[in-house]
Amino acid sequence: MSSVTSRSARPGEGRNDSRHRWPEEGLVRVPYWVYSDPEIYAEEQERIFSGPAWSYVALECEIPEAGDFKRTYIGDRPVVVARDKEGEVNVFVNRCAHRGVQFCREQRGNTKEFVCPYHQWSYDLKGNLLGVPFKRGVKKQGGMPKDFDAKQHGLHKLRVAVRNGVVFATFSEEVEPFEDYMGETMLGWFDRVFDGRKLNLLGYSRQLTPANWKLMFENIKDPYHASLLHVFLVTFGLFRADNPSQVQMDETGRHSVLVSRKGEQKKSDDLSDMRNFRDDLKLNDPNLLTPVKEFPGTATVVMQTLWPNLIIQQQSNTLAMRQLVTRGPEAFELAWTFFGYEDDDEEMIKIRLRQANLMGPSGLVSIDDSEVMQFSQDGISPYPGSEGVLEMGGSGREDQDHIVTEAPIRAFYDYYRKVMEL
Amino acid sequence: MEESLKLRLELDALYADYVACLDDGDYDAWPEFFTETCLYKIVPRENYEQNLPLATMLCESKGMLKDRVYAVKETSMYGPRALRHLVSAIRITGDDGNGCITAQANYAVLQTLNDEGTTVFQSGRYLDRLVREDGKLKFAEKLCVFDSNLVSNSLIIPI
Repeated sequence: MSSVTSRSARPGEGRNDSRHRWPEEGLVRVPYWVYSDPEIYAEEQERIFSGPAWSYVALECEIPEAGDFKRTYIGDRPVVVARDKEGEVNVFVNRCAHRGVQFCREQRGNTKEFVCPYHQWSYDLKGNLLGVPFKRGVKKQGGMPKDFDAKQHGLHKLRVAVRNGVVFATFSEEVEPFEDYMGETMLGWFDRVFDGRKLNLLGYSRQLTPANWKLMFENIKDPYHASLLHVFLVTFGLFRADNPSQVQMDETGRHSVLVSRKGEQKKSDDLSDMRNFRDDLKLNDPNLLTPVKEFPGTATVVMQTLWPNLIIQQQSNTLAMRQLVTRGPEAFELAWTFFGYEDDDEEMIKIRLRQANLMGPSGLVSIDDSEVMQFSQDGISPYPGSEGVLEMGGSGREDQDHIVTEAPIRAFYDYYRKVMEL
Repeated sequence: MEESLKLRLELDALYADYVACLDDGDYDAWPEFFTETCLYKIVPRENYEQNLPLATMLCESKGMLKDRVYAVKETSMYGPRALRHLVSAIRITGDDGNGCITAQANYAVLQTLNDEGTTVFQSGRYLDRLVREDGKLKFAEKLCVFDSNLVSNSLIIPI
C-alpha cells in the first residue's frame, strides 16, 4: 500500500502523470481510463479491496454448522469463510502459507481441517497451522529448522464483522468498526432486511460480465436508467420515474440506497419519453408478479450499494446479495445469493423463487443491465482518453427525493477519487 | 422391440424439432412443446447438487413460457446473437406403458456474438418427463442442469 501511495500527488489534486489526470469539470465527468487501465485496476486491488473497507463475503446461513466453509473472493483475492468448533466465523486467505497454493477448491463443504495437497501443510478452521510433514526430517536428514515456529506460519487472517446473519471481512487493521463504517442511514436500511430473523438460503446464480466492476455499481446508483431501459419493469409498474422515490448516501458518498414504491400500469404525460411503454400488456400467468407486503413502510424496491463489493437487492419479495468479484479491468463476476427467512411458509418460498425470474443472468429485468454493461465496455475501452457525462440532476452529490438524477454516481466517484488519490 | 424402437425414433425427432425451434428463433412455437401445467427450469449444477431450490429460469405453466417468449421478443434488450443447440445421448430412463416417459439427454449450446468467434455458451443435461397428449409427446417437466455455474453474461433464450 505505501509504495503505491508514494507515487501519487497530493490528495484530490491529481497525479503527476498526465495519463491519469481527472477532467477539470470534476464530478460531472468520469474519464474512461478508469474502466480499462491495468495500472488503475492493480491500485484498486490494493487501495480499495485490500484497503480500509468491509467487504461482503457470506451469509451465515451458508455455513450454519461447525466445520462448514465457503470459498469466495475479495476483489480478485481468494479467501475462505469457515465456522469453527466454537461457532465463530473466520475468514482467511485461500493461499497456503508455504508456497502459495490455492488449497480450497470446493465452493462449499464441511471439514475438520484444511490440508494443502502439495506438501500437506494442514490448518484448523481458524487458519492456524496445525502440522508440517517431515518437520523433523526423514532418517535424521532434512526437516524444518529447529526454530521454525508454526504460530508464525498460519494462514493470513482477516478481521471479521457479523451483523444479523451477514458476514463482512477486511484486510485492513485501520478500518473503523462495521457499524461506523456503514453510518446511521445505511445501517437503518440494512437492518430493515436483516432484522435479526434467521435467513434461509435459496440458491446461487453467477454470471461473468465483460465490463469493469464500477459499471455495475453505477448501474444501481443511476436509478434514472431503470425507467427507460427496463421495459418489463416499467410496463408492470414495478419501477417508474413517476413513482415516489428517493436516493440517499452516507456521509462519505461511498454507500448509497435507492428507494422506490410500486405504481400503476397506466400511461402518464411524464412517460411520453418512454418509447416502449405498453399499457395493454397482460401476463399470461399473473402469478409471476403477485407481490406480498412484508416490510414496514411503503417502499417496494430498496437497492443498497455498499462499498466496495455488495449490492443488497429487495425488489418486491425477491431478496438477494449481489457480490462483485473483479476479474481484471474489463470483467467481473456477479455472484448472486438468493435468500428468504427461516419462518417463510411454503407459499412464501414459492413467491420468492417465482419473482427471482426478474433477476440474475436470465432476469426479465437484469438481462438488460448485463447486456448494456457489455455495450458500455465495448464503447469505452477503445477510447481511454474520452470521458462520460454525469449532469442529470445537476452537479451535486446530495440526497434526492426523486430518481431523475446521477447524484449517487457523483458521490461514489467523489469518494473513489479520495481513496485512489486521483 | 418394435415398440421401443418406435419410441426411440419418436423421441429423437421430438428433441430435433425442439432445438430447431429455438435455433431458428421460432419462439412462439416453443411453448407448444409443453403441457398446460408444465414445469420448466434452468438450474446451475451447484444448486441442483446441494438441493437448493433456486432456478436461473423458472416457468410453472405454459402461460409463463409464453410470458418468457414475450420478454425475449418484445421487452428484453440484448445484443444480436446466433445460438446452436446440440443434443446427444438421449436415454429413456422410465416408461410406465401408459404414455408417461422419463428421459435424459446431454446438450451443448454454442453462441456466436457479433465480432466474436463461436464459443461454448453452456453444456449440461436435460432431465425430462413427457406425457402423451392427443397422441403426441409433450414435456410435462423439463429440467436443464448446466455444468459451469458461471453464465457467460446473459442467458436470454431458453435452453
